[in-house]
Amino acid sequence: MARAIEVAGLTKRYGEKVVLDGVDLDVGSGTVCALLGPNGAGKTTAVRILTTLVRPDAGRVQVAGIDVVRHPRAVRRRIGLIGQQPAVDDVLAARQNLVLFARLHHLGRRDAGVRADELLEQVGLADVGDKPVREFSGGMRRRLDIAAGLVLAPEVLFLDEPTTGLDPAGRRDVWEAVRALVAGGTSVLLTTQYLEEAEQLADDVCVLDGGRVVARGTPGELTAAIGGDRLELVVSDPGRAEEAARLAERAAASARVATATGPGERVVVPVTRRHGVVGTVVRALDEAGIAVDDVVLRPTTLDEAYLRITGRDDERTEVPA
Amino acid sequence: MTALHATPAEPGTVGRFRWAVADALAVAGRDVAHWRRRPAAVLVGALFPVLLLLMFTYLLGGGMVVPGGGDYRDFLVPGMLALAMVFGVEATMTAVVTDTARGITDRFRSLPMAPSAVVAGRCLADMASSVVGLVVLVVAALALGWRPDGLVPALAAVGLLLLLRLAFLWMGIYLGLLARDPSAVMAVQILVWPFAFLSNAFVAASSMPGWLATVAEWNPVAGTVTAVRELFGAPVDSGGGWATDHALLLAVAWPVLLTAVFAVLSVRRFQGLSR
Repeated sequence: MARAIEVAGLTKRYGEKVVLDGVDLDVGSGTVCALLGPNGAGKTTAVRILTTLVRPDAGRVQVAGIDVVRHPRAVRRRIGLIGQQPAVDDVLAARQNLVLFARLHHLGRRDAGVRADELLEQVGLADVGDKPVREFSGGMRRRLDIAAGLVLAPEVLFLDEPTTGLDPAGRRDVWEAVRALVAGGTSVLLTTQYLEEAEQLADDVCVLDGGRVVARGTPGELTAAIGGDRLELVVSDPGRAEEAARLAERAAASARVATATGPGERVVVPVTRRHGVVGTVVRALDEAGIAVDDVVLRPTTLDEAYLRITGRDDERTEVPA
Repeated sequence: MTALHATPAEPGTVGRFRWAVADALAVAGRDVAHWRRRPAAVLVGALFPVLLLLMFTYLLGGGMVVPGGGDYRDFLVPGMLALAMVFGVEATMTAVVTDTARGITDRFRSLPMAPSAVVAGRCLADMASSVVGLVVLVVAALALGWRPDGLVPALAAVGLLLLLRLAFLWMGIYLGLLARDPSAVMAVQILVWPFAFLSNAFVAASSMPGWLATVAEWNPVAGTVTAVRELFGAPVDSGGGWATDHALLLAVAWPVLLTAVFAVLSVRRFQGLSR
């Protein structure tokens, strides 16, 4: 099957600063890829190059099978871009915005109107289409922004931190809109700061740090790669959290990962086996007279995997990769 | 939805030009829609030069001496018309910097539209709003009893004024692309005043101390002001130097030069957005 995005050796410098340092990226047709990374990792620059807004210094970049440097306009006809902030006109009504963007996609006057109504329907703004955008909430604005990125039903959709600054309801709205598009065959590249978002939406995750790809795979593969599960304990006496962590570690026999965190009364211990570990740890704590309010054995979250991969966790020792 | 899924075919050269025109009109149409939604904003912009006209005519006019004797109002109207064109730089700059800051410029750039339309649409919209501004100011002047000297010279004067607006329009586009933040417009709003006063718009350049008179005479607005005065049959600052004697030449040369310089700078700046 054709690739939605194919990037090889993508490099971009601003003066001395190397923003993207030989990035390779592959996004299959009809899939969702999440680009993760700390601020300044190069996510937005990558999106701006893929959407023809910025020219790369080196590397091969193809979107929908077309070279972005040689045929930017052909690429523009096949993509939708939803940037970090809603790029819609505040003064105009929602429908006027969509008609304008449809006209700029060279739809005729009548088709533009029809398309605008379809899009309003699609993102659930049909009943407020004639209201000026400045009266919209953040979530509504975002939905309109997404609609504006969908005028020609793009083959590849780019979303740069689409839910930053949205409340949970607004975030859910955006996720639903993205899922509906993917179901319709659109390929998506999204950048996000929220690991939950990547877990919810992405087939594949690509972690950028310092302009390089430091990890890639499915969310499951990334969490599996850094290993195992986590045992989470809530101890009654916060003063004994440190001691509880040490005991739990020993009892869980997670000898090769001697790490534990104990902020407040919550203790998180990495475990390398699941079987019997809860009972062993609880017994050990019970013998030491440490009261336990809650115990959960859970898989490592993508959050933890991400923090470990980018070296931004505050755990005290290294995990052998 | 399925019917529109197909992308329109890439056109040939003629079709491309037609798209470029259609795109520019669509972008300009956005401004027209703004005016319809916010008529008050347009009115305030158009009435500000009227307010200045009233203030200078009735509050300061009594103390003004017009070169060669004559009505200060007749001397002032051409100056105000030219300054109204200069003030347009603020509106243009505000529009450009706001679109860039809000990501609308990038949205346009990510669309398959003609890249030239972003700027061409701005030009069309701002020229149209300047025509409205001129009409409002002329009507106000007529109400004050001012009369132009015949229709044909008056139309020529309007042509010179719009040419001046074009120059300041391109300056506004360049400044708007240069600024990263809408608050930068403030600086221009302040600087436009010394620029306006250091010209022959309000008083004759010959009434200023020697070197200031020369600066005022060579102010890019001065040629237009004097030429428009001549075309309207208003009193002219006749005691000036070479610049005053060749006002018509300067009224064409200055705007053409400024337009050329700022158009080139703007296009380079616009292309630089993709660097």
